[in-house]
Amino acid sequence: MRILKYLGLILFIIGLSIFTAITFTGSFNLSSSELDSFVTHKGYKNKLIKDELFKAVVTSEELNIFEFSSRVRNAFKVSNDYYDDLIAGFEADKNWIKKGEQYQYKIYGKPHTLSFELAKIAGKGISKENPDLMWFLTFGLGIIGAILFILPNFFILGKAGIKNNGIYLESSTNRGFIAWLVLVYLVLFYLVLYFLPDYIVNWTFILDPLSQTLNGGVASQWFVYGFLYCVVMIVMALRMFIKYRHNKYQILRTLSVLFFQIVFAFLIPEIMTSLNMPGYDFKNAFPLDYDFFFDWNLDRLRTSGGIGIFILIWGIVLTLIIVPVMVYFFGKRWYCSWVCGCGGLAETLGDPYRQHSDKSLNSWKLERWLIHFVLLFSLIMTLVTLYTYFTGTDSLLGINSQWIKDTYSFLIGAWFAGVIGTGFYPIFGNRVWCRFGCPLAAYLGFVQRFKSRFRITTNGGQCISCGNCSTYCEQGIDVRAYAQKGENIIRSSCVGCGICSAVCPRGVLKLENGPEAGRINSKDILLGNDINLMELINNK
Amino acid sequence: MEHIVIIGNGISGVTLARHIRKNSDKQITLVSAESEYFFSRTALMYVYMGHLKFEHTQPYEPWFWKKNRIQLKKGLVNTIDVNNKQLIFSNGETISYDKLVLATGSKPNKFGWPGQDLKGVMGMYHKQDLENLEKFAPNNKVCKRAVIVGGGLIGIELAEMLHSRNIPVTFLVRESSFWNGVLPDMESEMINSHIKENHIDLRLNTNLKEIKSDENGHVRSIIIEETDEEIECDVVGLTAGVSPNIDFVKNSGVETNRGILVNRFLETNVKDIYAIGDCAEQKKAIQNRKPIEAVWYTGRMMGETLAQTICGNRIEYKPGHWFNSAKFFDIEYQTYGWVYPEKESPSYEKYFQWKHHKESKCITLAYHKDTHLFLGINTFGIRMRHEIFDRWLTEKKTINYVIEYLADANFDPEFYSLYEKEITAKFNQENSTSIVSKKKSWKRIFTKA
Repeated sequence: MRILKYLGLILFIIGLSIFTAITFTGSFNLSSSELDSFVTHKGYKNKLIKDELFKAVVTSEELNIFEFSSRVRNAFKVSNDYYDDLIAGFEADKNWIKKGEQYQYKIYGKPHTLSFELAKIAGKGISKENPDLMWFLTFGLGIIGAILFILPNFFILGKAGIKNNGIYLESSTNRGFIAWLVLVYLVLFYLVLYFLPDYIVNWTFILDPLSQTLNGGVASQWFVYGFLYCVVMIVMALRMFIKYRHNKYQILRTLSVLFFQIVFAFLIPEIMTSLNMPGYDFKNAFPLDYDFFFDWNLDRLRTSGGIGIFILIWGIVLTLIIVPVMVYFFGKRWYCSWVCGCGGLAETLGDPYRQHSDKSLNSWKLERWLIHFVLLFSLIMTLVTLYTYFTGTDSLLGINSQWIKDTYSFLIGAWFAGVIGTGFYPIFGNRVWCRFGCPLAAYLGFVQRFKSRFRITTNGGQCISCGNCSTYCEQGIDVRAYAQKGENIIRSSCVGCGICSAVCPRGVLKLENGPEAGRINSKDILLGNDINLMELINNK
Repeated sequence: MEHIVIIGNGISGVTLARHIRKNSDKQITLVSAESEYFFSRTALMYVYMGHLKFEHTQPYEPWFWKKNRIQLKKGLVNTIDVNNKQLIFSNGETISYDKLVLATGSKPNKFGWPGQDLKGVMGMYHKQDLENLEKFAPNNKVCKRAVIVGGGLIGIELAEMLHSRNIPVTFLVRESSFWNGVLPDMESEMINSHIKENHIDLRLNTNLKEIKSDENGHVRSIIIEETDEEIECDVVGLTAGVSPNIDFVKNSGVETNRGILVNRFLETNVKDIYAIGDCAEQKKAIQNRKPIEAVWYTGRMMGETLAQTICGNRIEYKPGHWFNSAKFFDIEYQTYGWVYPEKESPSYEKYFQWKHHKESKCITLAYHKDTHLFLGINTFGIRMRHEIFDRWLTEKKTINYVIEYLADANFDPEFYSLYEKEITAKFNQENSTSIVSKKKSWKRIFTKA
């Protein structure tokens, strides 16, 4: 069994190494006709950019992606600098008409995005020409290796039950060297994904065939991310199924997040795209789905006929009615640990790291400041966006709409949710984003805390203060602090993963939805002591 | 300001200190030789197993003590000078008190076995035992086999600990079946087989004769009393029960027997000195309870109670219905009320028992054979609600009522299989009754009695 496990680990590392190495392969250049059709397709009115790009990448040289990217970005810069100079000149001359004319010649968007788009056309090499083989050597080996690594646990862990043996004795799960290595890899992955997509254009070639089957177009970096997300969740869900095979709550919950990720987040939007509809993840609720009210999305939905209007209404109903009503009946767990994609990754890939969430009182204070700040930020951004969208102005109360959208997307959308939220799993635990940043979680938290049937019931006086519940709470709730007082746990941040109940060695905790009355039950004297004393002290 | 000194920072002492603080402004000093901060003793096993770090076993962050003005004093008390109301520490320091509370807990029993003080022989009680175990049994290369002597709760926990690091374990149990001085046979036998399924070499009806030393004063092997068999081992765990940790009290004038003798107000014979928790011995046992109760929960209850007395509301220690819990490897155990094993069963007690055909789940319900009054439950592998059983015991429900409403008591996580129907069917069959199991009702569960 152990040999199988090591074999799996080796295969996985080989797969991951090839996957990483592949980004450095391939050669990139364009023919003059390819560039022509690209420029025409983009509708550039400016000849300079075309000339610059021609000089840069229409060549018989076999450029690697970094050189290619650098040249494209340079062309982008030269062209924009030229028009910026003109604009500055006309500004000085107070020639407003001329100045205004120049803006149409500027290239908008990000230099790396332009480079990515051109690289998709320009790329040659092993991953473009042999995507199936490369798929096997990267995804294939990785999946086979990971499964071989995980399946033997069925025997190695022993009889079904809580087997957290060695978690704090091993480097990978105790913030050791391996954990830091994983952190660095994940952070780099997210940085490249968000900010340097052209550097991973080779990954998209591998998935072009699949993308074409699903949505009729070639794969973008987001297609790669979505596919990888599903694959990682499926593989790590197998680990959950083995680890918690005695616990039906965990098994059903894991099946549920898998279903919503694969069908709702991945397949349905892709299929919608192939049907010329706007791709939409029907479970992704605003304000987690922070660009739902961005002008490009509203425009897109308004011009997509019936389905667009349906999505618009659905999105609003989801946030305003469905989400809070469900939280009333079941707690925010129905979303955060049964449906949500971020939650789904945290509960599968992130499960080995759940113990790293900080349980101190100070981190709870930080959590409340941060998460409510992000909620406020997202709401202000949305207000500004909607105001400017309907009035045609570009700012509200001095807040520029484009600026606030860009800032939010960059700081919250990319850095907080992605780079920190997932990249920091191995050191800060698997729910950093959900606990400190997610605006939807903050909103659901209000409902859960003040108007819900959900609670974690503490079983009378049975707590022995061992600390397993607090340690394994991914949301950093000091569960024990409540349990040892015989008090139910009612916390806005609880995502109802059910692990505190699972790891409790004395059967003290149960997630349940019951009557609201008596849900919050602070106690000084616990059940089991003198009845008169309990009455005297607890009813004071 | 009155100075309350508490010796022992376990669950009893800490509960007391917290409750005195809730009720008063008295000066509080909490003395411990074992550790600076309160930790959960029952969680030490999880540190060795790698589930937790030691700091996770501490229920309060360090700032808690300062904020609540509970002064922590690390040191070993040698003598209590009851006349001058002061404590003398091993390093000569002294502390004066106005009221003294002894909450010194237990220490592992040693029955004078030859070799019981060798290196590699240890109990599993103190923080220092954990450090010792880490030293002598870090893995199965250093410790090729361990022998555990004594089949109680600590013994089986130690077996689970060593097993988690793949160290082979031989488990010597004096009784004919594991813990059958407490558990009915069916349950005890289920635990026997569970122990064996975890590859523990369980030896029932087996006593330790002696522990043999190697040339360095380290354990080499043990000899079994009954067969003279020699078993080579590197670690010996002595887990044959615990007794009150009161050596330094004995010549102080405070009256002791096995433990520190207290009345129902938890007062000793010396004015202003009290004893709570494992080290306290009731002069007269309370109801069916033992005079010394070395249990987490009773320690906590005594702390809650004595705080009232110390803060001017003098009340008796009057524990409610008995309850307890434990975990045997993967099998959780809870008990509410009284269930006796066959060999100690009072004449009025009758069982109804149910066992799952495949999994390690079973329950025993004890009831009065004439009145059918429900007396208690042992439940294995099915979690049950404390509040519900406590209420049923108070309201003196019959066994038939308990069977009928058993679904209300289930505390397993959502979506778990339910067994009430199966249990009821068996009960009906054995007792020629026709009880229909009632569905769980939130209203009943959350209506206060």
